[in-house]
Amino acid sequence: MTGTTIRLEGCRKAFSDGTVAVHDLNLTVEAGETLAILGPSGCGKTTTLRLIAGLERPDVGQVFFGDSDVTRLPIERRDVGMVFQNYALFPNLDVAGNIVYGLKIRGLSPAERNKRCSELLELVGLQDHGKRSIHELSGGQRQRVALARALAPRPRVLLLDEPLAALDAQLRERLRSELDQLLRGLGITSVFVTHDQGEAMALGDRILVMERGRVAQLASPREIYQQPANAFVASFVGNLNAFPVIERTSHGLKVSGGELPWNGDNPPAIVYCRPEHLRVMDSQGHLRGCLVGQFFQGAQSRLLVDVGAAQPLLVDSTDGVIHAPGALIALAVEPQVLFTLQS
Amino acid sequence: MKRSTLFVGQLAFTLLVCAFMLVPVLMSLLAGLTRNYFQGISSGLTFDWLVQVWQAYAPTVWLSLQLAAACALCVCVVGVPAAYALVRMNNRFSRAFEELMVLPVAMPGLASALALLLTYGQFGGFRSSWLFILVGHVLFTLPFLVRPVMAVMQRQHLPVLEEAAASLGAGPFRRFFSVVVPNCQAGILAGVLMVVTLSLGEFNLTWMLHTPLTKTLPVGLADSYASARLEVASAYTLIFLLMIVPLLIALQAISARLSRGEKR
Repeated sequence: MTGTTIRLEGCRKAFSDGTVAVHDLNLTVEAGETLAILGPSGCGKTTTLRLIAGLERPDVGQVFFGDSDVTRLPIERRDVGMVFQNYALFPNLDVAGNIVYGLKIRGLSPAERNKRCSELLELVGLQDHGKRSIHELSGGQRQRVALARALAPRPRVLLLDEPLAALDAQLRERLRSELDQLLRGLGITSVFVTHDQGEAMALGDRILVMERGRVAQLASPREIYQQPANAFVASFVGNLNAFPVIERTSHGLKVSGGELPWNGDNPPAIVYCRPEHLRVMDSQGHLRGCLVGQFFQGAQSRLLVDVGAAQPLLVDSTDGVIHAPGALIALAVEPQVLFTLQS
Repeated sequence: MKRSTLFVGQLAFTLLVCAFMLVPVLMSLLAGLTRNYFQGISSGLTFDWLVQVWQAYAPTVWLSLQLAAACALCVCVVGVPAAYALVRMNNRFSRAFEELMVLPVAMPGLASALALLLTYGQFGGFRSSWLFILVGHVLFTLPFLVRPVMAVMQRQHLPVLEEAAASLGAGPFRRFFSVVVPNCQAGILAGVLMVVTLSLGEFNLTWMLHTPLTKTLPVGLADSYASARLEVASAYTLIFLLMIVPLLIALQAISARLSRGEKR
């Protein structure tokens, strides 16, 4: 299966009540790429997916699959595979019936349908489940059947709407890596919507972060995390510590609780860093504060350190040391992990 | 196990109410099998009345069955797409239409029948055929199918299922027959059950719309009450019950099985 590029040009979609779900969106999904659309609810991510699917028609703008303009084509003629949030399996058909539904429409002979059906059941690891009723399946099995059904007719692109949201945490983790392997193995162009940053980072080749119907940032997961385009992206993807700068000193920047190293020229108003980049020191550090909270999270501990700012600092520590409540904590930070953001 | 006096009292009351309603039915059935009702059971039991009724009124039985089947079919063909359209539109117009559809039920049957007669009475061929009664029955029973079908459609997340079917390449027609109809079978069946029962027993409209050659069972029943011996009328009732009770039980069983399947 070779992928098709998806291109949105100036797509805009408003709803009948006047709210604009998507503002003039330009987007290219490369052939074979997996794009994650990430954002809080109501940011337009689902609408974007539905524009690509053909379930919504843009008010302005065009949608291309490869070189063909599919803007006017309804979903049934776009040749897309779609996995819905609650899977939308047909309850009146058994597992095999669901999988061959699209194949019947394409006029495959019963022999070809059965062959393709068993191929897909094997692909998603449900070999013996063809005759099962949908009601007998667990959540994870339903998700796999939905995926098999979407892939059966060899669609040009695969679209997934919150594919893992309906599952419990442990299963989600496992199916996430299965899905990742599957998408990479098939090389199919795929777009999925999620509000879970971990899912977006793990599965997406690139992530499109959306905020109120606009693109906040479109970049690789690493770039999104390390060089977030603005404060919204930075706070949505991972946790963030903000340091309002009090004044520029000869060595760095004076902030509540101490002084940060700074090499740049213009002193910014606020500098930021990630919780895992603050190191707990024995005695000397750039910042000092009082421990106000400590949460054991297995591989790491999350510490809350009050340095006299509005919010306590978040510190992710992997040294396994248990501190006394209220202990004085010294924190060190490297200058290269500090960054600034456009608000 | 010790029962409270309250329980015993309630049980007695329930049984009394049941008896109050069932005894007349049993009396009537018995009357149809008694040689001479005025002399009582002592005159002996007989199937003669049943045979006599069958000889006189068999055509009304067949016509009623034919009407009920045709009515169920027509109501399905009209009602299921109508329910689908109403559920999908779900605006002020569709709600008004839903109310309008119930009007023939709220109105006295005689009035609707009169309206039909005034409008279509002059078309002789149509007026004298059984199809004229069919029109009345369809009008009257339509909401009894549309309502339960709509209720099931609203429960079933049909829009998402339809989107899923569309994503697999199914056009509107195919979606309707492969997704919508199979997934509201329980509602359709419940509706058909109601429609068949109502059509078999419908009297008001039918009495106005029938001709001597298009008599249904309930009309024939009225006829026999008015003109024949009490035993004949009772035997006729017996035939009606023999016809409708197994039908009700069968349909009830099917819908029970379907709703069990849904709950799994």
